[in-house]
Amino acid sequence: MEHPNLKYIRGKRLPHMFCQGCGCGQIMDALLFAIDELKLDTRKMVAIGGVGCSSRIPAYLDMYAIHGIHGRTLAYATGVKLVKPELKVVVLTGDGDCASIGGNHLIHAARRNLDVTVIMDNNGVYAMTGGQMAPTTAGGMYTTTTPRGNFERSFDVCKLVETAGATYVARWTTAHPAALIRTIKQALTHRGFSFIEVVAQCPTIYGRHSLHIADPVKNIEYLQQNSVTRDQAAKMSSEELIGKIVVGKFVDKELPTLEDCYRQMEAEIPHV
Amino acid sequence: MTSKGPDLQFMLGNYAIVEGAIAAGCRFFAGYPITPANEISERMAERMPQVRGRFIQMEDELGSIYAICGASLAGAKAMTATASAGYNYMQEGIEYAVADEIPIVIVDVMRQRGENFPTQSDVMQARYGAAGDHEMIVLTPSSVQELFDLTFEAFNLAERFRNPVIVLSEATISLMREGIRIPKPGELKVVNRKKPLAPPSEFMPFRAEEDLVPRMSEFGDEYSVLYTHNPHDEWGRIAWTPKMYEDLYNRIEKKIASKADEIAMYQTEFTDDARVVVVAYGSEARGCIEGVRMARNEGLKAGMLKLKNIWPVPVEAMKRSTSAAKKVLVAEMNTGRYFRVVKETVGCDAEVISLPKNQGRIHSPEEILAEIRRTS
Repeated sequence: MEHPNLKYIRGKRLPHMFCQGCGCGQIMDALLFAIDELKLDTRKMVAIGGVGCSSRIPAYLDMYAIHGIHGRTLAYATGVKLVKPELKVVVLTGDGDCASIGGNHLIHAARRNLDVTVIMDNNGVYAMTGGQMAPTTAGGMYTTTTPRGNFERSFDVCKLVETAGATYVARWTTAHPAALIRTIKQALTHRGFSFIEVVAQCPTIYGRHSLHIADPVKNIEYLQQNSVTRDQAAKMSSEELIGKIVVGKFVDKELPTLEDCYRQMEAEIPHV
Repeated sequence: MTSKGPDLQFMLGNYAIVEGAIAAGCRFFAGYPITPANEISERMAERMPQVRGRFIQMEDELGSIYAICGASLAGAKAMTATASAGYNYMQEGIEYAVADEIPIVIVDVMRQRGENFPTQSDVMQARYGAAGDHEMIVLTPSSVQELFDLTFEAFNLAERFRNPVIVLSEATISLMREGIRIPKPGELKVVNRKKPLAPPSEFMPFRAEEDLVPRMSEFGDEYSVLYTHNPHDEWGRIAWTPKMYEDLYNRIEKKIASKADEIAMYQTEFTDDARVVVVAYGSEARGCIEGVRMARNEGLKAGMLKLKNIWPVPVEAMKRSTSAAKKVLVAEMNTGRYFRVVKETVGCDAEVISLPKNQGRIHSPEEILAEIRRTS
């Protein structure tokens, strides 16, 4: 029997390039389940990735896709949405691509309430380049560029985009597939800038070298054991929250999108 | 140049760029503030909504270049404008647009490093700034009229070749007001990218036709193309074999390089029998032509080749216009950067001499006359 989501894979071209046990495949699958359940017309969608493991996902999807330059996903998306606002744009990006080199585009797209969905795979490391420190790498962790442990503070990217103006913000992990599909469906139907952080395992690099857990299943169990819901987190002290992954929906509100603002301005302009 | 007639307007150079773009069908502009290109963004903010186009001020130059890539993939003719320091940032996006064959137009209003004085110092960066194998089309207007004409032409070339096209303006001409005649819509021939003919299952988005340029679909239609920066086969799929990679970038370079003489835009004066030919582009050409005319009045056999595009190198025009010359003077407002290109092209037949002047001002006609006298 064929996998129900194979019909969404470009030329049914598998296997993919992700390592065995990588979270990227789960994220791609969750997105495709969400698209399928929502019965979205993939001809009216554009998937955009930058550079990195998760940024490779768009290359597998049978829809218009940009597998672009490192960090620039939301700049492409801005041009696409201003020209064809009717298209649904999904950005698939990693923590380095999105929050480091692409950080400026991220906060400004959130500020403008650009009507796109961003799914950020947070594996805590630059995996494709061999395991360098990311802005999301936890304190004390070994990476190839923090051989004596990471002494920089890490980003809470959900808080960053919330502050910047995102109108839908949620975080889940690959250990929560049902919640992830439900959340992606909400994000895809949300009008405005929706952002989902998916904390995902990277058994090959982060698991093996930083967490010292090589087994993919044990990596996913690690995510599950360290996750606390938003409500649980509210009752915990900041010390108790160290090393925890707070999951749930943080923001869900309606505000005028960038497109709404353009249309309002344009309605008053005579055609010259 | 048309400088008389009832349709004559008095216009700022940067505004002429905007009108040339709109006449060519530009309906998307993204920019980031930088002097001396600001009037282009400001005018676009005013004009785009009037023609049902869209303007956005992006968060930085990288934002601008990728927003216009996204807009072009969605089917719009798109442009950005910047000045030298901002043009540096855009090389990354130009590289991407070359690799995925995205038609875009970039205006670089050249300015001196750290100061807003005029210069022509980006002539090599405009050709070689972006990483990777490619040819580049770079236009060099010398007047407000040419800012309109060549910006218009830049869109046609971008659409025809599916490549970024650079309009190299200068602080002087961009911030100058001059008489300009804007042609009526019917007088202009607008070129649009070739649309696919094959049904979606058979459409190969990177298979070129005889002109070496593939047909191009747009987001939202019935096709579904992957635009990857990685090596890709004719289906657009990420793929890598040594031969496929070589063929891809040979084609991307050759689609323009092989048409260099067709693309060539230039003017000549008195070159048929000229013993001394002055070669110049952009604002420099203005003083040079006057100097050449003064020399002719003195009976000196001087001639002028004014280049309106410097890349791809208009080899045939350079050779033909210097065929009678013993000396070729290359006048530039930089340290003498394009001189070597001219020397490489015509250096076997004539002595090529660099005339650099890097003071934020062009050679005066008298200075050119003095050089012609000295070398005649």
